[in-house]
Amino acid sequence: MTASILPGETSSALLVNALSDDVQSVFPELERLLPLVSKPVQYVGGELNAVIKPWNDVAVHWALMYPDAYEVGVPNQGVQILYEVLNEREDVLAERTYAVWPDLEKLMREAGVPQFTVDGHRPLGAFDLFGLSFATELGYTNMLTALDLAGIPLHAADRDERHPLVIAGGHAAFNPEPIADFIDAAVLGDGEQAVLLISNVTRDWKAEGRPGGREELLLRLARTGSVYIPSFYDVEYLPDGRIRRVAPNKPGVPWRVSKHTLMDLDEWPYPKAPLVPLAESVHERMSVEIFRGCTRGCRFCQAGMITRPVRERSAETVAKMVDAGLEKTGYEEVGLLSLSSADHSEIGLIAKGLADRYEGTETGLSLPSTRVDAFNIDLANELTRNGRRSGLTFAPEGGSERMRRVINKMVTEEDLIRTVATAYGNGWRQVKLYFMCGLPTETDEDVLQIAEVARRVIETGRKASGRKDIRCTVSIGGFIPKPHTPFQWASQLDHESTDARLRKLRDAIRNDREYGKSIGFRYHDGKPGVVEGLLSRGDRRVGAIIERVWSAGARFDGWSEHFNFEAWMLAAEGALEGHVVDVDWYTLREREYTEVLPWDHLDSGLDKDWLWEDWQDAVEEVAVEDCRWTPCFDCGVCGQMDTEIQVGPTGATLLGMPALPSRGGDLVAETSS
Amino acid sequence: MSPRQAPVRDVAPTVQRLRLRYAKRGRLRFSSHRDFQRAFERALRRAGVPMAYSQGFNPHPRVSYANSAPTGTASEAEYVEIAVTAMLDPEKVRLALDTALPPGLDVIEVVSSKTSDFIERLEASVWELELPGVSVKTARSAAEALMAAEEVMVERLTKNGIRTFDARGPVVAVEVPLPATPADPGGDSPEGGIHSPEEMADCAIMRLVVRHVTPSVRPDDVLVALRHVANLVPPVPVRVTRLAQGPLVADVSGQTVLNAVTDPFAADRG
Ligand code: SF4
Repeated sequence: MTASILPGETSSALLVNALSDDVQSVFPELERLLPLVSKPVQYVGGELNAVIKPWNDVAVHWALMYPDAYEVGVPNQGVQILYEVLNEREDVLAERTYAVWPDLEKLMREAGVPQFTVDGHRPLGAFDLFGLSFATELGYTNMLTALDLAGIPLHAADRDERHPLVIAGGHAAFNPEPIADFIDAAVLGDGEQAVLLISNVTRDWKAEGRPGGREELLLRLARTGSVYIPSFYDVEYLPDGRIRRVAPNKPGVPWRVSKHTLMDLDEWPYPKAPLVPLAESVHERMSVEIFRGCTRGCRFCQAGMITRPVRERSAETVAKMVDAGLEKTGYEEVGLLSLSSADHSEIGLIAKGLADRYEGTETGLSLPSTRVDAFNIDLANELTRNGRRSGLTFAPEGGSERMRRVINKMVTEEDLIRTVATAYGNGWRQVKLYFMCGLPTETDEDVLQIAEVARRVIETGRKASGRKDIRCTVSIGGFIPKPHTPFQWASQLDHESTDARLRKLRDAIRNDREYGKSIGFRYHDGKPGVVEGLLSRGDRRVGAIIERVWSAGARFDGWSEHFNFEAWMLAAEGALEGHVVDVDWYTLREREYTEVLPWDHLDSGLDKDWLWEDWQDAVEEVAVEDCRWTPCFDCGVCGQMDTEIQVGPTGATLLGMPALPSRGGDLVAETSS
Repeated sequence: MSPRQAPVRDVAPTVQRLRLRYAKRGRLRFSSHRDFQRAFERALRRAGVPMAYSQGFNPHPRVSYANSAPTGTASEAEYVEIAVTAMLDPEKVRLALDTALPPGLDVIEVVSSKTSDFIERLEASVWELELPGVSVKTARSAAEALMAAEEVMVERLTKNGIRTFDARGPVVAVEVPLPATPADPGGDSPEGGIHSPEEMADCAIMRLVVRHVTPSVRPDDVLVALRHVANLVPPVPVRVTRLAQGPLVADVSGQTVLNAVTDPFAADRG
């Protein structure tokens, strides 16, 4: 008997009885609005593996939000992991909420329907804790909509014991200062243990009869040293607008707040039962995270810097998670997720093991990796043994070799061309090359070199494949300096110059008679990058801009059809009136070594002096090696956190896995003749 | 290297065809046909149903879907046919698929196909409309006005632009039962119904038998027709449930609406 026909975990009995207690579902009111909005299914929940618990059975209630549309938010790994980690606890429940589109927002306001969770359709305002995962800063206005629809005061200072604690997490939380007015707390780093810590503190405080009110709860969280409470810190400014200092204003509140690092990924194999929505989402596949962190040290890359050190999941755990997840979800495709998946020390074993295991089934495997080398192609070939070889992506990031030294992406042009030609030679028809524009010290020539690279790629690719119909797409992202990276001091390129540079590049590609037709070119205009830059490196004064632009109607800023640059600039002008700073001051200005940065009191584990030296090396075009393969270059993460980089083959194989169950054995008719 | 060909697989042959009746209930009535397709194909994999697959680069399981109810409409009678590579026990398949689908997408019955022309047997649907804020009297006179008309032309935006067609002709019968006979709520959502008791006091139920034609006439279209002939405009969105699909009895007159359409599986049960 296989478990596959009895997936007992999602019991419908649970669903039926869950809502007959204190906090009532708002679904009956919502249901009347749904026939009037587009894609109503996104608001009804009912995902496979969703959990609804009776409200009064638990001590602590979490609402988790990914502040974007359901189709983007529901596949988010971070939220799915925390949802499951929390719901596994007997004394805790967690439900999810997503941003509602403006059509429903309007109807909800008219009908008085509050922001709701999609699980139990409970009103957001009823929860104890409201955790938001910010992958990008462009979700800030959606947070304000959710708070407002929930009847929660926008400003933390106006909230009392009736309101949930608003807690920010995700990469953007490494500089939460622009939203400091709106949140009660922020958590840096991995959330698994952090949410349990916060749950425990909250549970105990509630059990004791909420002594000292909301402030006491916040104080208890602050004293753990790893939950940042913005209101417990005062920010003083210099006359020229820079920060003088950031200091705690309460006894027992630490000067610096540290990030959370989950050390053993094998002990935390989440999500075990990934959510499968009924509605279409941006990822119609299951993901298994194979490691966290990245040691490559690309200087622009915030994700790579703040998630150090590398922590690998063993091949065995990965294989088990793939197996269990496929059975629980019925998905046909599995993505092996991480920042740079080809860098897992056992990736060859994992890829071959999984490809063997699922050979002959309809299960597809994918490995999001953009490494520019032949090994990456070997891996991709392995994973597509029987399938279609449609597209491969490589990310050289910088167009010229000089630029790649500045950003520390160590690949020569010769290697790049050879690698891509090999891909065409192996039957891949489409290659996507990802670059950045606006990098520190960049000139027009550096960017125009991208056209040259693309030309050579096609030229060599035609020879290698013997075909003329191969294509390459050049995709360009605007560089945005991010906190906790060596480029945190850098000047961001203004959007006019970005656009002008990209126009020149476009013309250079278009005007190429021989190869231009085989090269696609994708880029966005530079304006959204200005707002993202402002929000990334902003301080508390930026909060007033967010509130103003939200009041003026800004929503879904990550969507080009909703983003309104002029509204943002107008809001900035109004909100910063009387201040000595403006948008250019936040974005275009290069910072000095001595400047207090708004996020200096938030400890990502990286030594600030090391970051500064790396910044100086960048300007001098000195590259550093990957610290996994060469002696460590002392970024600070390992020593300080008492952690070792966890790599190296475990020697395990996938052979210990039981054979795949044969299909449908239990469904066969017993008396068939 | 030469262009890659779609691999030729040893595709196991179809051994049996199974026909399924399923319901779309409660909040899941807001799922679209595409949503159902995705959920169903995943459920087939989760349940381990040995599906027959098509050939090619992207083989897909052999599933045929019949006239699905529109998004937002609940249904007690949706039909699907699947091809499998082993002789299966229909009841075991029903249970396995019902468990693998989310609550609200419920597999009601599975039969082994013994006949062809299944789609042709789905001649008509019985629809139930809950009309909150509309009294039985008003609903009855609107229904009479509709049936008295020869034809009622309505417009609908389709993929090919605006189409104008007759929404009256395919309506074979209408019935507005007295409130004393409470309607079957049709498998309600766990959250309870959309309408409060006060509203129910003034909530007529209208049942329609509509023949399947091209372009199909949906309950929405009949509502537009009711507005044209009787100025019936329900103040709150109408909740619609498909109660049945199947062969139409030869003579509808004298039948209750619910008896006008018979079981399309009758021939397969044999
Ligand atoms: S390889 Fe570079 S860009 Fe990619 S995650 Fe690592 S540091 Fe970031």
